[in-house]
Amino acid sequence: MPSRCETTTARSRFLPWAPLLTLGIMVGPVVAGVLGTLVPAFGYLPALGSDSFGLNAFVLLFDWPGVTRASVLSVTTGVAATALSLLLVTLICAAWSGSRAFRIIERMLSPLLSVPHAAAAFGLAFLIAPSGWIARATSPWLTGWDRPPDLLILQDPLGLSLIAGLVVKEVPFLLLMTLAALTQIRTTQTRDTALALGYPPVTAWFKTVFPRVYAQIRLPVYAVLAFSMTVVDVSLILGPTTPSTLSVQILKWMNDPDLSLRFLGSAAAVWQLALVIGTLILWRLAEVAIARLGRLWVTSGTRGGATRSIKALSLTAAILSASAIVFGILGLLVWSFAGFWSFPDLLPGGFTTRTWMRHAMNLWPVITETLIIASVSTLIALLLTLACLEAEERHGLKPSSRALWLLYVPLIVPQIAFLTGLQTLAIFTGIDGNRTAVIAVHVIFVLPYVFLSLADPFRAWDSRYGHVARALGAGCDGVLWRVRLPMLLRPILTAAAVGFAVSIGQFLPTLLAGAGRVQTLTTEAVALASGGDRRVIAVYALSQTAAAFLPFAVAVFVPDIVWRNRRGLRHA
Amino acid sequence: MRRFLAATLATFTAVAAAAEPDPSNWEAVTEEARGQTVYWNAWGGSDTINTFIGWIGDRVGEEYGVTLEHVKLSDTAEAVSRVLAEKTAGKDAGGAVDMIWINGENFAAMKRQDLLFGPWVEEMPSWANVDVEGKPAVISDFTVPTDGLEAPWGMAQVVFYYDTARLDTPPTTMEALADYAAANPGRFTYPQPPNFLGSTFLKQALIEFVPDVSVLQAPVDEADYEAATAEFWAFLDGLSPTLWRSGRAYPQNESRQIQLMADGEIDLAISFNPNEASNAIANGQLQNSVRSFVMDAGSIGNASFVAIPYNANAKAGAMVVANFMMSPEAQAMMQDPEVWGLSTVLDLAKLSEDDRARFDALELGIATLPPEELGATLSEPHPSWMVRLEEDWTDRYGVAQ
Repeated sequence: MPSRCETTTARSRFLPWAPLLTLGIMVGPVVAGVLGTLVPAFGYLPALGSDSFGLNAFVLLFDWPGVTRASVLSVTTGVAATALSLLLVTLICAAWSGSRAFRIIERMLSPLLSVPHAAAAFGLAFLIAPSGWIARATSPWLTGWDRPPDLLILQDPLGLSLIAGLVVKEVPFLLLMTLAALTQIRTTQTRDTALALGYPPVTAWFKTVFPRVYAQIRLPVYAVLAFSMTVVDVSLILGPTTPSTLSVQILKWMNDPDLSLRFLGSAAAVWQLALVIGTLILWRLAEVAIARLGRLWVTSGTRGGATRSIKALSLTAAILSASAIVFGILGLLVWSFAGFWSFPDLLPGGFTTRTWMRHAMNLWPVITETLIIASVSTLIALLLTLACLEAEERHGLKPSSRALWLLYVPLIVPQIAFLTGLQTLAIFTGIDGNRTAVIAVHVIFVLPYVFLSLADPFRAWDSRYGHVARALGAGCDGVLWRVRLPMLLRPILTAAAVGFAVSIGQFLPTLLAGAGRVQTLTTEAVALASGGDRRVIAVYALSQTAAAFLPFAVAVFVPDIVWRNRRGLRHA
Repeated sequence: MRRFLAATLATFTAVAAAAEPDPSNWEAVTEEARGQTVYWNAWGGSDTINTFIGWIGDRVGEEYGVTLEHVKLSDTAEAVSRVLAEKTAGKDAGGAVDMIWINGENFAAMKRQDLLFGPWVEEMPSWANVDVEGKPAVISDFTVPTDGLEAPWGMAQVVFYYDTARLDTPPTTMEALADYAAANPGRFTYPQPPNFLGSTFLKQALIEFVPDVSVLQAPVDEADYEAATAEFWAFLDGLSPTLWRSGRAYPQNESRQIQLMADGEIDLAISFNPNEASNAIANGQLQNSVRSFVMDAGSIGNASFVAIPYNANAKAGAMVVANFMMSPEAQAMMQDPEVWGLSTVLDLAKLSEDDRARFDALELGIATLPPEELGATLSEPHPSWMVRLEEDWTDRYGVAQ
């Protein structure tokens, strides 16, 4: 029951507009950016002396010898990474949910989620490279290699290492979304019923729980698909270069001194967008087909299922995926202190703090910039989210499921398709290259995540506390600030931590909105990736990981300290 | 309204034009520079170089009150693109780029399109000591006259380095290199063009195979491109399958090559800094069995420059930084193998005794060739050759197998 709060202060007049404002902040730039990409793609950009529409840029694009390979690569890596991540997540949930191992997996989630994509990719690169840790650990006693083998593992033309890099990061994200979905549907009851009817646990889960869970995580899956097809930073680190993926090639064209290539770049961005939309449609069709087959499978009533092997397989895969990140970070740690380190030594010949000392001076301004951008964009996102949720409460402005789609717009429309357009617009309107622009763009990506993490706990809050407070004479604002928000301290801090981590991980938005002048840990780390000295990369990637991880630690410990005298709130 | 705007704009432009710093009045320049922030767009992929640029920033801050911000690029073309975009958008003052580390085709492009401020270089105090006679590359950038639009600050020369533990006598001709690669597949590579070092490898090879070297000094359109490059492409077609990863992947740049060398993936590599191997050994990045060598045919040499875009926001500040970079103090620091090891552009004979002592005190690194063994410097081909080679290379090897 929404409480009646009809006051007329300025703040309460603003509140009903909050959802609209939030949507505008999130979706407006995406629409503007897509237009800024579409128009030059069809040849119209008066500032570059072209004021008629045409298909020239597309002709050039399809004449480029690499277009087929780059496009195919974008689709195959995206679909493979998404399908593998989804498969792994559902197998883990089907085989292990409710067990003790599952609670350990749950606890590992936040730290794994907070590791930025670029840092995870660097770590993985060092593990699986022919000169990496795995090869070192098994050489020469097992493999007989006294020099790294000439194997094309990183930057392989099929993008396999790129897929691996995406999977290790998307599994924690999809798992988190699945866990949230599982709490919203009653699963134990249906599963128990199915078990009582003689279905093995994994089969029971797939037949009774999965269809409802998938309906809930469909949008996050689409977001993962769109992201994986168009990612730039991970692709720069792990992806092939002859040719590179389409998104990386677009970035090259957009940065070429020959400005006429911007038409080509825009056309390629439109093509990339079309590829994403096409792939999403195919994915949807595949959903329908699988659902139809699945229904036959469910109604057939077969009781078969290899529970034990699925349990073993999924746990192994989960451990592999998590260890790729954990050992990757560990490898970075060792490299950051390494002296000369030859192959196939498992550890460096000597340890030194020199790399850290050398970079301490350069790191500080970059860390400060990163933290300022992350804090401000998270704060804005948090305030807008709370305003929306409170407006929903007071004015009954509950978003329809269609509005929820809008929340995913910035996550599904590929960054490369609208950020390049935004950059074109920004340059030709003369606003660009400062911190404010970067923060504004970060808010677009931080907001959906903050909203998604905070909405459920906020709505689940027991409103009887509010009634009691009102009865004791508190106003609506009093209830919000003095009762509800303090009680929701932990979820608010967690949502902030998620937002913080998202902001820190942003590469393309920072690069394009900041015109290269705003340097964060991520842009520095990826710029240095081209440099190749693993020690320096390690220093930056670790700093990046630490900056993203810290807020999660705060979210865990601060409520314990603040509520040390309120036992019931510590685990709220 | 429109007329009013135009008039205002014209006034602003006039004021801006009147306020351009004049390097012949150096005191006024340093006065104006105090308090300015200079955004120096420079390739940021090398830790060694970034540290040196950081040191420059510290020194000009102390000495002249100029704040230097290093905008780290992965490719200089990004800065050129930015200035060009600003010009196209009509942003003729207050641009985002104050100074660019530049040479070759990027300089040629900016000069051709009137994107550079100047001439300013030859009126600066530090210019007096530059060795114009001994190092003609300081006024001729890939054959294009600099005309005082860019200030030289370091001399680079191609060398190769190899691991003596794995390779006794390194190949000193391109033919011998191809033979070595054929006999030891996967043990040689070069950075992927259009990376400048990768393109330099192409040019270094082209010089050995072109029937008449003189055609390279003129724009590529004036030569019979097919005839000039036929042998060179035949060589590259033979070499590519024997490269590291069979030529299906390439390192992005020289730093990545160093890592490959340290890991023992490759036996020899190209470099544009005679001191790079020594420096990497000193930093613990390379094994100390690495040494340098040069090709019998000689090796390409060029100069690094800084230029100021026509619409730069802090021109006076940029000049002060450039002038400091050409000072004996900064040049000796740069040439120190412990710091970077790039050769100076100065004529040591013109320096005072104290300043010369700074250079005399520098010791050659363990893997650095003495000047007499470095041998003759070959001139860079006209920049249009590099552009053409890069395009053709990408079509042949860069997009599909």
